[in-house]
Amino acid sequence: MGGFTFCCGDMGPAMEAKGTVTNEILEMIEDDPRVCYINADGTSRGGRVQKMQEKYPDRVLDVGIQEMNMVTIAAGLAKQGFLPYVQTFGPFLCVRALDQIHNDVAYNDYPVRLIGTHAGLSSGYGPTHNTIIEFGVMNSLPNMTMVAPCDAEQCKKLLRKSLSYPKPIYIRIPRGEEPLVYTADYEYDYEIGKANIIQEGTDLNIIATGMGVYNAVQAARQLEEKGYSVGVIDMHTIKPIDKEAVINAAKKSGAIITVEDHNILGGLGSIVADVLMEAGVFARLKKIGVPDTFVEFGYPEEIYPYYGMDAAGIAKTALEFLQV
Amino acid sequence: MAKVYVDNVRDLVVKAGEIREKLALGTRRIGNVHIGGPMSATDVTVAIYYKYMGFDPDNLDDPNRDIFILSKGHNGILLFTIFCDMGMYDWDLLLDTYNTIGHPFGAHPNHKRVKGIEVSTGSLGHGLSWCCGLAHANRGRNIKSRIWTLLGDGEMEEGSNWEAILYAASKKLDNIVAVVDFNHASAAFETNQNPRWGEQGGPEGMAECFRAFGWNATVIDGTSMTEIDKALGALPEVTLNGKPNAIICSTTKGQGVPFMMERPCAWHIGGFDDAKLEEALKDIKAYTAEKLAEV
Repeated sequence: MGGFTFCCGDMGPAMEAKGTVTNEILEMIEDDPRVCYINADGTSRGGRVQKMQEKYPDRVLDVGIQEMNMVTIAAGLAKQGFLPYVQTFGPFLCVRALDQIHNDVAYNDYPVRLIGTHAGLSSGYGPTHNTIIEFGVMNSLPNMTMVAPCDAEQCKKLLRKSLSYPKPIYIRIPRGEEPLVYTADYEYDYEIGKANIIQEGTDLNIIATGMGVYNAVQAARQLEEKGYSVGVIDMHTIKPIDKEAVINAAKKSGAIITVEDHNILGGLGSIVADVLMEAGVFARLKKIGVPDTFVEFGYPEEIYPYYGMDAAGIAKTALEFLQV
Repeated sequence: MAKVYVDNVRDLVVKAGEIREKLALGTRRIGNVHIGGPMSATDVTVAIYYKYMGFDPDNLDDPNRDIFILSKGHNGILLFTIFCDMGMYDWDLLLDTYNTIGHPFGAHPNHKRVKGIEVSTGSLGHGLSWCCGLAHANRGRNIKSRIWTLLGDGEMEEGSNWEAILYAASKKLDNIVAVVDFNHASAAFETNQNPRWGEQGGPEGMAECFRAFGWNATVIDGTSMTEIDKALGALPEVTLNGKPNAIICSTTKGQGVPFMMERPCAWHIGGFDDAKLEEALKDIKAYTAEKLAEV
């Protein structure tokens, strides 16, 4: 397969995943009496969420700056049959409230949806306000499902799917206005645990997740112009990983690049390596992501290129990798 | 299985004595178990389970039931013993299989394995937040039953509790009852010294802290079934729009067994040999008789 006729990210409008997710959940609250929305000092004064709070005072909550309490409150609601969607900055969720995620959500095994925003470099506010560890943490947490939608429209698909998903889910989304990877007329089935193979390549397959998918698509175009056959896989679910998609990609090209807005230790690249080693499938592997460091301060337009995670950086790394 | 209900204070004292004896016998059979905390929390837990929460083993999924969260999860053996006493499980099964692979009764309670356990606990400082979530869930459905949690005074040092205490009062979750077994010892410290609660220190100081956060808080002699019965009986009617309630029970770790009470930290976890068991059983009988005489 070649070309990107169905995938025109660079032409798509930018959408704010965070806002899109909130709006979608508020609609779900009206449709489904189980759905709750909980934030920690992240709702705007007099805004839509606070108005909904007046209507549903025990289902729409802004608990204030107390993320630990927030997560266990959600677990309590879930125990009683509600379906709570918790949303705050990833670092204050995955890092600060990990005790509560570990014990009250995962161990107790209640279907709480944890939405960690400001993923990876998208925050721009430095190491206290971003997280680069969620994949590793949630991958090693029993009962947990870990997803990283690549754009706002995919977030909506995920949220609707999550209404009938019985397990806890951690949903990792970026901060700001991210371009759409998929156009509205591109139809695909979104299934948790099933990668979306955007296109297959015989020289190289790029397995990307979250924000990395858009940049991987752009990088693949640049590589195709140089005559390479490059595949792109949207690995929106980190756990359970789609092993079949990983193994097939490795068999097809013998060369894999992973792209993730996350530490390269313990993230998508490590999980892909696990799959291949356990399956006994050989492939060369290059991991693109945060090189095990607390990231620099800087806004996304500057910081993604700095770490070689923009399209040009991915294409450059890929060319070097292909030419070895 | 009939609902077990004990109404009068004398019978509650007798029941607490029976549970303490079973805990002592269990400690001998099991080998090594959290025992100091269960002993100090026995009286108030018996009053809650046998009288005030209307615990009904046949209706554990009743949406209108009271819910009990064991925040100090290492007291699981106390709840398991009560469940056996109520006929929900075989006591020999508990003692033969406690904390062994594939069996229901672990060192900390698991809701998937033991019916009657509402949520799995063990890590300290979670119970009050569970209560907030459950209180919202019930209020959203206009259910006015109570959400109970049992905490330890050592556990109250965890910061997460204070998020929940601030929150519960702010949201007027008066269906919550926090019962603190203030047994004056954690695993390492006698907590009269570490930390100091409020201006007054001790149980009264902790009550000050609760009140400062907007709760009703009462300090009682947690070894007096009369005081326990009075405090639980005096809990205000749930309006779903009032102050949450804290009852702080002043006790001693190992309550009822002097050799444990003298070294409370050492008896956080422990085991009995035959001689210790004999001494403990004798002590518990004498203690129960003394408490009956006070009623």
